[in-house]
Amino acid sequence: MAEASSEQPARARPLSPHLQIYRPQINMVMSIFHRLTGIALYFGALLLAWWLLAAATSPDYFAFVNGLFATPAGMVVLVGYTWALIHHMLGGLRHFIWDTGANLDIASVNLLSWSTIVLSLLLTAGLWFFIASERGWVMPWQ
Amino acid sequence: MITPLKRVRGLGSAHEGPGHFVRQRLTAAANLVLVPFAIGLIATLAGAELGSVKATLGHPAIAIALLVLVVSTAVHMRIGMQVIIEDYVHTESAKLLLLLVNTFFSAAVAAVAIFAVLKLSFGG
Repeated sequence: MAEASSEQPARARPLSPHLQIYRPQINMVMSIFHRLTGIALYFGALLLAWWLLAAATSPDYFAFVNGLFATPAGMVVLVGYTWALIHHMLGGLRHFIWDTGANLDIASVNLLSWSTIVLSLLLTAGLWFFIASERGWVMPWQ
Repeated sequence: MITPLKRVRGLGSAHEGPGHFVRQRLTAAANLVLVPFAIGLIATLAGAELGSVKATLGHPAIAIALLVLVVSTAVHMRIGMQVIIEDYVHTESAKLLLLLVNTFFSAAVAAVAIFAVLKLSFGG
């Protein structure tokens, strides 16, 4: 075996098709989103721990951290964080359904996958509308 | 063909049971309740005075729920990241190192959050 491979020039072996071959399909895209939001939440946990630690440290430090979260960049991070939480949670619910062996036909898989992204966006928007109205933020159209 | 009982009692071909699979779903179920609670809690506390934030987070029921959330989340994120590392890192030494870092990171985040919740609860 070793002799044969050293004498013959390396030949490209057939590989199974990977990401770049397939046309993106919604279940595959939502699977990737689930993993990416999981990674984001892994590091996002730092933000929650930091905020709790700030509250436990001093009024000045708490105000400083809250001020950072209230900047435009901070708001983008928080909106992204809540979307990642909600999306990952809905993805988890979908996996709970699939774990029972139910809804594994293609139509149901596609419907559940589309529901994940659509519901996550709607719920995130709803949450931030609630926060905005709670805090009396003035909206551009008001 | 009958699977010998000893092989299904926590021992498959990998010589370990479906522990991670079960634990990932157990903590997911807990998070399904605890995360919406935490989102609602933090959404109502955002921008509030530190005094009322402390009073709310230090309330026994809320503090206990937060502590359970922190532990459940830390276990969940550790298993999740372990799967990712095992999927993409094939060099044995790098994989071991990353698994170690993963465990330390998850534990450290949990330790900081637990410390903060306890301090908010017991004063200081």
